[in-house]
Amino acid sequence: MLDPAATQDSQETISAEISQIHDSASGETQPRVNFPPYRSSLLRHPTKDMHHTDPETIELWSPAFGHRDVHTLESDLTVQGNGEPLGERMVVRGRVLDGDGRPVRNQLVEIWQANASGRYVHKRDQHPAPLDPNFTGVGRTITDDKGFYEFTTIKPAPYPWKNHHNAWRPAHIHFSLFGTDFTQRMITQMYFPGDPLFSLDPIYQSITDQKARDRLVATYDHNVSTHEWNTGYYWDIVLTGSNRTWMEDEHDAH
Amino acid sequence: MRIDQNQLAAARDGSEKLVATPGQTIGPFFGYASGYENVHIPFRDGQHLVNPASPKAVRLTGTIYDGSGAPIPDAMIEIWQADENGQIPQETGSLVRDGWTFTGWGRATADNVGTYTFSTVNPGATEEGKAPFIHVVVFARGLMNKLHTRIYLPEDTAALEQDALLSSVEADRRQTLIAEREADGTLRFDIHLQGEQETVFLQFPGIEYPVHD
Repeated sequence: MLDPAATQDSQETISAEISQIHDSASGETQPRVNFPPYRSSLLRHPTKDMHHTDPETIELWSPAFGHRDVHTLESDLTVQGNGEPLGERMVVRGRVLDGDGRPVRNQLVEIWQANASGRYVHKRDQHPAPLDPNFTGVGRTITDDKGFYEFTTIKPAPYPWKNHHNAWRPAHIHFSLFGTDFTQRMITQMYFPGDPLFSLDPIYQSITDQKARDRLVATYDHNVSTHEWNTGYYWDIVLTGSNRTWMEDEHDAH
Repeated sequence: MRIDQNQLAAARDGSEKLVATPGQTIGPFFGYASGYENVHIPFRDGQHLVNPASPKAVRLTGTIYDGSGAPIPDAMIEIWQADENGQIPQETGSLVRDGWTFTGWGRATADNVGTYTFSTVNPGATEEGKAPFIHVVVFARGLMNKLHTRIYLPEDTAALEQDALLSSVEADRRQTLIAEREADGTLRFDIHLQGEQETVFLQFPGIEYPVHD
């Protein structure tokens, strides 16, 4: 748990720490696991170097998912309750690709998020914003043959947290992804373009390179918007290049 | 970000790789929706790769610790393994378990005292003479990116001694990758994110973990 005194640090203190780290870094494409402005990382990041190795045996494969696992309705987070959830209905669409630009097909994509008031359906979320009885904020789908996923959901709101005084997370959706190798497994967050909280947020800023941070931001896409129904966002996700030898017949395997 | 056609063409003809999307923390609020019919992460019975009542079921359990030695109650652990014969499963049904199919994949959350528990089988060697292991991924609030590690079974000491990965790890840290076997067959594997007993975490080609202190 956080040291209560640490949560009294000002935004200025946190922002200064972020700037100092960014000034001495360049070209890093992944977050730092040791990012002191994100106070919870202090005791939870490995301190020894990662052990480099090549994947072997089971690591060159990933679990299989199918429509026995995921019902098509699970990708629509607006139909899980008994009525319409409150907020801006939106569709998020994009592709899951590997480093070689190959679509990651038939793999599981899961999301979870706060509601339009910035509240999660979770017993540990005690932020006094209203829960929406028609929105649980959890969904999943399976990518299609071109690697596309699509969710219908409600735009989440920013919410306060206790990292420091007056800390607010930019609005975001958590994404969980599998690849064709288990070493491609990842969890990340999708953000919305133009959020004024970006520069203040130590989680988003734990990626020191601006180009890399930009990879987490969706694009507003009017072609994904629907007349009198939803706004639309587009976001591609790239997993690390597959380590497994690609076999031609896998194109048709699913 | 949208990957445009030029980037995609360059990646596909091998002239330039696409850069992987950065990871982010799982946060504290994963996996909790109201009711069985609804989607939830983790899903029902995710920790049961086999029914705990099955005669071949093995309990895999351990506690996840932070750098002060305190257990972490908001971590999520996933495992991926071969079956008892060393076969790599390619069966669906990990999310909606039918009680019969072994899919090889499980997901569990740490409880209030930082302990995870799976019901599974001892993995077999995927190749003759290889030391069998279970692959693990750790996610937690405060942890900015996933961490990979392996759980080796303690029994086949000859295979463990010959294993390429274990041999490449400093001798005094090797033990952090090997589970303990308890009298009732339970496999115990604690995970230390920091500290003297810090678990060896693995980095595979293509993903970077910038700067460690």
